[in-house]
Amino acid sequence: MSQATLSLSRARYSLAPWARIAALAVCALLTLGPVIWTVSTSLRTPAESFDLPPQIIPTSPTTEAYSGVFDQLDVWLLALNSTLVTALIAVGQMITAGLAGYAFARLEFRFKKPLFGLVLATMMVPLQVTIVPVFLVLKQLSLTDTLLGLIIPAFPTAFGTFLMRQYFLGMPKDLGEAAMLDGAGPWRIFRSVYAPLAAPGLAIVGVLAFNYHWNEFFRPLILETSGQNYTLPLGLVSLQGNLGTGSISVVLAGVVLSMLPAVAVFIVGQRPLREGITSAGVNR
Amino acid sequence: MTNTQVPPVRSRPAAPPPSLPRPSARERGTRLLAALFLAPTIVGIVVFTVVPIVGSVVLSLFHWNVIDPPSFAGAANYREVFGDSTVLVSFRNTLVFMVFAVALQLLIALVLALAVNGRMPVWLRSVFRSAFFFPLVLSAASISVVMKYLFNQDFGLVNWLLGTVGIAPVPWLTSENAAMATVVLVYVWQQFGFSFLLFVGGLNNIPKEIHEAAALDGATGLRKHLHVTLPLLSPTLLVASVVGIINALQVFEQPYVLTNGGPGDSTRTVVMVIYESAFEQLRFGEASAVGVLLFVLIMAVTAVQFRLSRRFVHYE
Repeated sequence: MSQATLSLSRARYSLAPWARIAALAVCALLTLGPVIWTVSTSLRTPAESFDLPPQIIPTSPTTEAYSGVFDQLDVWLLALNSTLVTALIAVGQMITAGLAGYAFARLEFRFKKPLFGLVLATMMVPLQVTIVPVFLVLKQLSLTDTLLGLIIPAFPTAFGTFLMRQYFLGMPKDLGEAAMLDGAGPWRIFRSVYAPLAAPGLAIVGVLAFNYHWNEFFRPLILETSGQNYTLPLGLVSLQGNLGTGSISVVLAGVVLSMLPAVAVFIVGQRPLREGITSAGVNR
Repeated sequence: MTNTQVPPVRSRPAAPPPSLPRPSARERGTRLLAALFLAPTIVGIVVFTVVPIVGSVVLSLFHWNVIDPPSFAGAANYREVFGDSTVLVSFRNTLVFMVFAVALQLLIALVLALAVNGRMPVWLRSVFRSAFFFPLVLSAASISVVMKYLFNQDFGLVNWLLGTVGIAPVPWLTSENAAMATVVLVYVWQQFGFSFLLFVGGLNNIPKEIHEAAALDGATGLRKHLHVTLPLLSPTLLVASVVGIINALQVFEQPYVLTNGGPGDSTRTVVMVIYESAFEQLRFGEASAVGVLLFVLIMAVTAVQFRLSRRFVHYE
């Protein structure tokens, strides 16, 4: 673009961008508002939690509400359960999706197309349609009300498999062919040539799995009946139930605690998350 | 490499039929590797998705409460479901929810994506992008706990803010008319970032030259967006609406935590009915029948959408 047109268009839009940016700022504030309110209220004393107008910056910040959460809930147990479930699912999905994605992208075998079609088709099946039989299968295996019952069914991931297949397809074929000429077998080609290149793709699968399963509510609600197997979201909703409307700040302190790992992943894993969602340009 | 026998699901290859030429060692190695690599995914999908789908259909034809042995019911569960006003209301609620939630979500996401795509410093753009995307990383259940306080009629922040500009308190969660709107708002607040990211990606894929050419032809502002940007964005719009609809038809956490389906049945959704009839009332047959109907609904809506999209979606 020439210098003249550039300055011309800048002149024409000289006022509009500020209005647009101001409007965006208001929208961003609305989006983050509930989160800011949550954090600030959690830092007030339970007695002050009903105060209106709310002090956005608490005049006398206190962690009283946070010790309240630890009194009411076995936070460590819930956090340990959530961490175990989420971490194992994330690692499990990275393994299953990495292996299956590679097979679909780079190996030749019979029934490849129909099998891949099967994987794609299951992306369309809502969890709620299968939950009753899945519950019964897990009951047969004595896995209801165990963390394992939450973990194992979440290992296969249709979307992750699809994502990893695309990822491996994007890698140059000649790398593997060169290794083959050097006498490497199919396993060596996978292990030494392609698998190391797959790390960023696997990170996407892992971050998406972490985000989804850390926040998961429906399956834990159905499968975990005794409190010792609760995950954080379940514990929080029960905390709110026990307290009624008694003390907002204690409940909100619990919410903040449960958000922290998700926020940490947001900060570290923003890019993988975004790329994962954008490639849901296919489906989730 | 050639295709040869061996079902890849098994972790061990079957012996090749003697009539065929023996595959080379390398081919056998590849097939064994493929079988091993696919086994966890395929076995998992068969056990936890394919069998359960068939199971749902079969179960929907039986009366079963886990305690007594199942008894064949034929179409009785479906008849019962169609005669149950709560179930019918839940389907209506879910459809109403879907229409408003998806429309609002796409509209907000599109407007914000276009605005963020305009000229501004790079750091500011990424601040906005992160802000709009942030609610997505939070749990729907705990967000709904937060929102329950914010929308409380008596001491909620929302009504207090409205009060400062002279608006009388709104019974956000306690009146039949407002409750569904509140559930939609809370859902959209958390979900619009998903479509927003899809749109930002889609807009980045539109070549700059096309807009420059349109500007030379005198297209500006809204006209440019309506006639140039939107058609080019239509494949992304299709994906965003398909994913949005499939997700919206499965809404559960927000109505469960915010209103527990009430007041009355005004926010009871299909998935809530599946949950309640199966796991609270132990009516597994009826729950499965509702599940099968939800599945059919999702398939039908998606099929209609792809049909319609043939007319509106432009691929380059």
